[in-house]
Amino acid sequence: MDTQAPKVYTVSEITRELQGILESHFDFVWLEGEVSNFTSPVSGHYYMVIKDERSQIRGVMFRPQVRYLKFLPENGMRVIAQGRVSVYAPRGEYQFLLDYLEPMGVGALALAFEQLKQKLASQGLFDAQLKKPLPFLPQRVAVITSPTGAAVRDFLKVIGRRFANMEIIVVPVRVQGDEAAGEIAEALDMVNRELEVDVIVLTRGGGSLEDLWAFNREEVALAIRRSLKPVVSAVGHEIDVTISDLAADLRAPTPSAAAEILVREKDALRARLAETAKRLTSAQEQRLRLWRRDLLRLSRGVRDPGKRLGEIWMRLDELQGRLTRAMLHSLRKRRERLRSEGRALRTHSPTARIRLMSQRIEFGRASLRRAVSRRMENAQKAASLLDKRLKDLSPLAILGRGYSIARRLPEKTVIRSAADTDAGDRIEVLLGEGELACRVEKAFHKMG
Amino acid sequence: MAEEKFEDAMKRLESIVQDLEDGDLSLESSLTAFEDGMKLLKFCSAKLEEAEKKVTLLVRESGGKTAQVPFDIEETRDGE
Repeated sequence: MDTQAPKVYTVSEITRELQGILESHFDFVWLEGEVSNFTSPVSGHYYMVIKDERSQIRGVMFRPQVRYLKFLPENGMRVIAQGRVSVYAPRGEYQFLLDYLEPMGVGALALAFEQLKQKLASQGLFDAQLKKPLPFLPQRVAVITSPTGAAVRDFLKVIGRRFANMEIIVVPVRVQGDEAAGEIAEALDMVNRELEVDVIVLTRGGGSLEDLWAFNREEVALAIRRSLKPVVSAVGHEIDVTISDLAADLRAPTPSAAAEILVREKDALRARLAETAKRLTSAQEQRLRLWRRDLLRLSRGVRDPGKRLGEIWMRLDELQGRLTRAMLHSLRKRRERLRSEGRALRTHSPTARIRLMSQRIEFGRASLRRAVSRRMENAQKAASLLDKRLKDLSPLAILGRGYSIARRLPEKTVIRSAADTDAGDRIEVLLGEGELACRVEKAFHKMG
Repeated sequence: MAEEKFEDAMKRLESIVQDLEDGDLSLESSLTAFEDGMKLLKFCSAKLEEAEKKVTLLVRESGGKTAQVPFDIEETRDGE
């Protein structure tokens, strides 16, 4: 070989050497990083890029290894991968072949649980309205469980302690390991198909997440929902919640609790029946008491009708007698009253009074006449007296004493003053007796 | 299953009792109702006590058929 000239590689040669160096040096490596560009084509292989802040490496996981993966990788997920480096000659790329992958921080199983839970929940598999009510009368129960486990023992202990008369059929299955999920699902289908039971109980005792993993598998959840009979799921301890618990028609925290629930259903029914029986008899007794009482009352009223009638007749007669007597009595009293009134009336007869009155009137009239005539007499006396006085006072009476009245003619006006006259006037002079017709000769005026 | 008849019987029984308690039935009707109630009561009680306390284990026999055999609770161990 010529040592002075450098080796000239072909591309394939250098690739082959790179391949040899890388693949032998990085034969079994643990790698940590972040998943991105994740794809899972129909081939079933997983392709992704695993990177950190500065670098990245292409990754691939082939289907045989993917099969064991319990979760689905997502972009952004931090992972720990185990595998080896290889060179993909046709494209001149190096890549990481993954044998194993797990999420960092959270356990792979826990993540898988979350992912399945969300998936089935979004499909509505856990919806409340899908859940069937427990049977009215649980008589036959199928228990799908390990025949040698603590769960079936606890379950049967509670049933026995409560003296429940129920028929229990134990359906044995594996409750952990890879084949468990399949067996459980198959058992559920078989019970529905071949056995006549009222309720199915799916149960196993406590354990780790791995131990309980079969009850977190999708095929179990689907088989539960397929079941025509109600399914009670009691898996693990009280704090363990599995996919089968969520999918079942009822979750019991423990196998004992599941037994309690079933027994309680039957006990409640028994109590209800006893209560109804009591109500039935007491309602009827009450009714009969009332009927009897009414009947008694009526029968008392209807007894001895003849006697009653006689009593009534006698009473009528008695009443009649009393009525007649009362009427007569009343009539008598009226008559007496009438008589006494008549007497009183007569004593106070108006005839006598009338006579009396007319007498009085006559008397009165006479007195009146006397009084009147007396008054008239007095009046006449007074009048004549007055007349006399008047006459005395009359100017004519004065004439009788010698005075005379001169009056002008023809007017007959009284002459008081001589001045009123003229010589020659005609005048009359009234004397006590008679008159004079005169003529004035001379009128002398009085001086002084 | 017989379960449905039981549930119907219970419902009928309770409705009869309600009618009797309401007191609107005639004497004849109430006697008939009471009789029916007693019959239903007997039926329901019988149904409740019908189930035998029995525990069996399902076993798969050759030929794929299943059978039930008495189950012995003693043979259990913890952890499952």
